[in-house]
Amino acid sequence: MSPQVNAPHLEVDVYEKRWLLLSVVLLVLFTLAIGLSSFAYGIQVPSPEQRVNPNTVAQEGPWAQPGLRELAPGKYEAYVLAQIWTFLPNTITVKAGSTVTFYITSKDVQHGFQLEGTNVNLMVLPGQVSKLTATFKQPGEYRFVCHEYCGVGHHTMFGKVVVEP
Amino acid sequence: MKETAYKFEDKIAAWHIGIALVALFLGTWFGPLQALEHAGINLYRFLAPGIQSYYQGLTLHAVLNALVWTTFFITGFFTYIFPRSLKRNLRYPRLSTVALVLMAVGLVMAAIPLLLNLATVLYTFYPPMKAHPLFYIGLTLVVVGSWVVGYNLYFTYGAWRKENPGVRTPFLAFAALITMVMWQIATLGVAAEMLGLLIPWSLGLVQGTDPQLARTFFWFTGHPLVYFWLLPAYVSWYGMMPKQAGGKLFSDSLARLAFWLFLLLSVPLGFHHQYVDPGVPAGWKFIHAVLTYGVAFPSLMTAFTVVASLETGGRARGGKGLFGWIFKLPWGDPSYAAQNLAMILFALGGISGLTNASYNVNLVVHNTTWVSGHLHLTVGTAVTLTFMGITYWLLPKMTGKELWSRKLALAQAWLWFFGMAIMSNGLHLLGLRFAAPRRTMLGAAPYAAAEWTPFLSEAAIGGALLFLSAMFYFINVLATVFASRPLSKPVEMPVAESLTDPKLTPAWLDRWVPWLAGTTVLILLAYGPILVQLISQAQLTSPGFKVW
Ligand code: HEM
Ligand SMILES: [Cu+2]
Ligand SMILES: [Cu+2]
Repeated sequence: MSPQVNAPHLEVDVYEKRWLLLSVVLLVLFTLAIGLSSFAYGIQVPSPEQRVNPNTVAQEGPWAQPGLRELAPGKYEAYVLAQIWTFLPNTITVKAGSTVTFYITSKDVQHGFQLEGTNVNLMVLPGQVSKLTATFKQPGEYRFVCHEYCGVGHHTMFGKVVVEP
Repeated sequence: MKETAYKFEDKIAAWHIGIALVALFLGTWFGPLQALEHAGINLYRFLAPGIQSYYQGLTLHAVLNALVWTTFFITGFFTYIFPRSLKRNLRYPRLSTVALVLMAVGLVMAAIPLLLNLATVLYTFYPPMKAHPLFYIGLTLVVVGSWVVGYNLYFTYGAWRKENPGVRTPFLAFAALITMVMWQIATLGVAAEMLGLLIPWSLGLVQGTDPQLARTFFWFTGHPLVYFWLLPAYVSWYGMMPKQAGGKLFSDSLARLAFWLFLLLSVPLGFHHQYVDPGVPAGWKFIHAVLTYGVAFPSLMTAFTVVASLETGGRARGGKGLFGWIFKLPWGDPSYAAQNLAMILFALGGISGLTNASYNVNLVVHNTTWVSGHLHLTVGTAVTLTFMGITYWLLPKMTGKELWSRKLALAQAWLWFFGMAIMSNGLHLLGLRFAAPRRTMLGAAPYAAAEWTPFLSEAAIGGALLFLSAMFYFINVLATVFASRPLSKPVEMPVAESLTDPKLTPAWLDRWVPWLAGTTVLILLAYGPILVQLISQAQLTSPGFKVW
């Protein structure tokens, strides 16, 4: 036996080497997948939009009149104000094929906003504005719910997007 | 027949573990209640006015199980195994007493507002929901106490090192040290949140708080918290279970490397809990997503090494063939069986965890019941069932009494396994298919649809099995401590030998400075700039709300 073999060294079994290699390959593939889907196909997570003062947001600025604004035919902005335990507005009606960009903030505690059947899933924080966009191809009713615990009435906080044909 | 060399340490450890068990006992009661509520059976009206709402119960369930049971068990377990691993008493016994008192006093302080419905803020206590100051101060003291437990381990290690120059640190002590150091670094986030934001605000010293900054501090600790729970289970899987299986640790070096990688990578990836937060730039979230895949690597290493170690046991016990060794493992030993079952569900929990961590895929599952499905496989089973398995040898060793019933213990482990598999399957699917929100009184939610019912019922059936399992466990624990016969032969603490000579483990796997330096640099890179930005732009505008 040569002396090197008995010197301390990191010995890795062949099967273990293969397993570790496989693990690395897998994790690299995952990284590519999320990179590609987000940067090439634009499936994005929220990013900072603007700050607001939660104490005055219900009185002044766009959330004083929450609701839909039409930018162009089939293109909308929705200003939604979350508060215990309702969304204002809690019904949003658009035509099929419309694209809606949601701007949501809270005037009290933290809330959540998840729109069934879409990739819209947001934390709603007082002082911050959460923004995501969805396109509604199929007519129907899409439920949105508050998914962050916001007090004893949390489970009653929801609304819907009605997509008309 | 009790050992006496570590009498003091054992007494301290017994206090920690005793408190942990009481917390688990109280906390698990609410689990089945929650599962039944989801299936339309609301038992909360029988608890009023003691427990005033579903959410007060949920806060107690999560705080007692996920925070108290885990933390106290870990500090107790380490206090027990550390001196035995180094064959040396703790350096400063008084420090252990101080730590225990800090943790216990903190716990009582936090428990008062919790029980009085003055802190129904769940275990994440996101502001601007404002709990009673005692809640924040109490939790802070528990954390500080757990730091002090760590300090005594560091001092003891230092003394041992002087007495044993050049000797390789025994694996159990080595792994416990890394866990406590990681915890020390990780909890700086929640310390900043408590001391910098929540405590002054709840005391009325400042008028407002910044919820986004608070969340960022919270998740700085919140992610590594899951590794603080998990690493002690790994300590047992790597360092003890191979012995219980009649085998050896497959690779001493890779076991140590995995622990170093956990130190390096546990902290700088908390944004994977904040993918859908409005105030954190998407680029930072992506960086943390990639680092999260990085920390999956040591877990995948663990999967190989642990299974290979158990295989040496199965083969030594006469197992043949590709899979024959599995049947030769000591499935009749409840301590072994519980931990092996915990491991199996952890593989599934790991997969759902990778899903959560996958950046934009998180948009599908964030804050749905998928997440509670995931966390009951991980902390609720991988960690909890492993710790229960550990108590099946530890309690007899501590008390000098036989485990009251091995059969009951085996039944308990299998029931937990099936109950959790069923409940978690229901919760996962409910979140994935219908986006049912987590931490929500779904039985009373007006939007809960008819097609949810089968999955909610599945969760309730799992919950009922789990209730039975928990009762089996506590009957056995109580009977062992108070009503069992003396041990027929002494119990040894299981310490796995390594298949490879530990002397051949390279020296860089026993050196602290480079790894600590690397950890610091990585945290500064992954959190430094964005924390500076969030702190400098902080707006303390949110007043407190009591909404329960
Ligand atoms: C008897 C066994 C258990 C049952 C039946 C059970 C059941 C449940 C259910 C149904 C929920 C969901 C409540 C909701 O989302 O509204 C829940 C939440 C939770 N459970 Fe358990 N549980 C059990 C044991 C445990 C254990 C052992 C732990 C940790 C060590 C744990 C930690 C948690 C945590 C942290 C939450 C809050 C989850 C969140 O924030 O979404 N549970 N439990
Ligand atoms: Cu809510
Ligand atoms: Cu995490």
